Amino acid sequence: MSARDTAGTEAVSRRDVSGVHPGPSTATRWVIVAVIGLLFLVPIASMLEFTLRGGLAGGYTLDRWAAVFGGGLTGEYKPIVTGLTNSLLLAVVTVAVMLVLLVPTMVLVRIRFPKLQRVLEFVCLLPITIPAIVLVVGLAPVYSVVARMFGSGVWTLAFAYGVIVLPYAYRSIQANLQAVDVVTLSEAARSLGAGWATILFRIVVPNIRRGLLAAAFIAVAVVLGEYTIAALLNRVNLQTALVVVSKADPYIAVIIALLALVFAFVLLVAIGRIGGGPGSRRRRTAPPAAPAAPTTPLAPATGAAEPTTQEAALR
Amino acid sequence: MLGLVPFTAYVLLFLALPTVIAVGTGFFDGDGAFTLDNITALGDPVLLATFGNSLWLSALTAVIGALVGALFCYALIGAKPTGILRSVVDAASGVLAQFGGVMLAFAFVATIGIQGMITVLLRDNLGVDIFANGVWLYDVPGLILPYIYFQVPLMIITFSPALESLKPQWAEATAMLGGGIGSYWRHIGLPVLLPSFLGSLLLLFANAFSSFATAAALTSQGSQIVPLQIRSALTSETVLGHENLAGSLALGMIVVMVVVMTLYSLLMRRTARWVR
Repeated sequence: MSARDTAGTEAVSRRDVSGVHPGPSTATRWVIVAVIGLLFLVPIASMLEFTLRGGLAGGYTLDRWAAVFGGGLTGEYKPIVTGLTNSLLLAVVTVAVMLVLLVPTMVLVRIRFPKLQRVLEFVCLLPITIPAIVLVVGLAPVYSVVARMFGSGVWTLAFAYGVIVLPYAYRSIQANLQAVDVVTLSEAARSLGAGWATILFRIVVPNIRRGLLAAAFIAVAVVLGEYTIAALLNRVNLQTALVVVSKADPYIAVIIALLALVFAFVLLVAIGRIGGGPGSRRRRTAPPAAPAAPTTPLAPATGAAEPTTQEAALR
Repeated sequence: MLGLVPFTAYVLLFLALPTVIAVGTGFFDGDGAFTLDNITALGDPVLLATFGNSLWLSALTAVIGALVGALFCYALIGAKPTGILRSVVDAASGVLAQFGGVMLAFAFVATIGIQGMITVLLRDNLGVDIFANGVWLYDVPGLILPYIYFQVPLMIITFSPALESLKPQWAEATAMLGGGIGSYWRHIGLPVLLPSFLGSLLLLFANAFSSFATAAALTSQGSQIVPLQIRSALTSETVLGHENLAGSLALGMIVVMVVVMTLYSLLMRRTARWVR
């Protein structure tokens, strides 16, 4: 990494001499950022203004915010509390599904079945191509079976959510997994007599905990924002509750939506701090681990995967 | 190999099976007999118009989103990767691109709804009535602005890695050969960026095409885009006298998505030559 960094600084200083600057001037940059940034703030400011409106009398009031924070979410607002509780439960179960099913498989493929790497990647990125609204058409019959086996508890939705978060989770974990020489580490562990469980929990997991944490956060953000599947399978989550409540009292619905937005923003800032999350800069500046055999055949595939996984989830 | 069983079973049950069912039901009627009726029903003028709406809405917002997003990415060239600007932009684009859905509908009702902040500002101060020709917010045109609102952040997320991959050495080489900033962009910058720009454009298209939540929360009646049509087919058993129409609509969507995403991966393979 240090070699690359030095090369980078050298390049920058040499570029200053060269006279060709691909980037904008400082003034241009800030004008563009300010104009687009302000335009994007308008709807959020409008939401805020909306929640403060004083009704027919005009003027502004903080009453509704006080009501939300003062425990006023009772009676007709009860669905929001139910929805939020359900969504948080779903977030936890989805992360559990991801950790239990996806992570061991990714590690296993990386260590034991490198030939299956491309298949795994294809499968994990597939949900991007299949819109949630299409998935839900086929999920309806599947869930009538699931309900018979596990009951119709809301937590069962987490199985479907696990599929939606697959691309995001895969990319976060894979970025981390590639930066660590898991194969050598696991061989070393095995030669010292470690079993599969020891390798997984004491060698691999501690090494990829940043990727796991980033994957978990992004899964939480996606689950909290999910509407399509819950709405069409007639389950209550935060988003469907917001839609229901907005018909009766749009003000409270907008306040909750704003709070959820801030929460998601904080969550994503945290991902940025952890690394391995949005934007792959960190990954590219990370030391290119195990550059020889295992990664080379994958290079074009991962190149293709990189932006894909940042794909949006507005489904 | 045994260790791969749980994940394989999970993916088969909750990804493969639903997809097969979704796409397959279109070929069967209510009694389970094979039929092509639902597929030919896609030729119905109403459904063709729905697909048409979805396609132009996705294309329009993808093009606008890609251009505005690319401009923003250009503004970010040379910004410190760990600086406050990058951190805020990264997190904000992540939130707006992934979290929107229902919230976006609220946001735009508050902004340009009948009593929205901007609507009222324009009406009271400039005498401009944006709804002079009828209220368009709850119709397909009303989806354009909210869609652009999540397309631009997605463009920033997917396109900025490509801009970062422009090597300073290329600019140096241009200068060394006597070229200026114009020839740098014309001969190096734009050709190198073109595949990933088109790739991002396709991704934006796919994103808008499959988006459901915003439209569901915003549009009051009718099903002017395909995802909404699927909803009404699912909830009301028969649309246009056809059972299992949801299946054939899903098939139609999948066909569009597969074409778009195949082109996307081809473009990305080409991009990978320069973007490392």
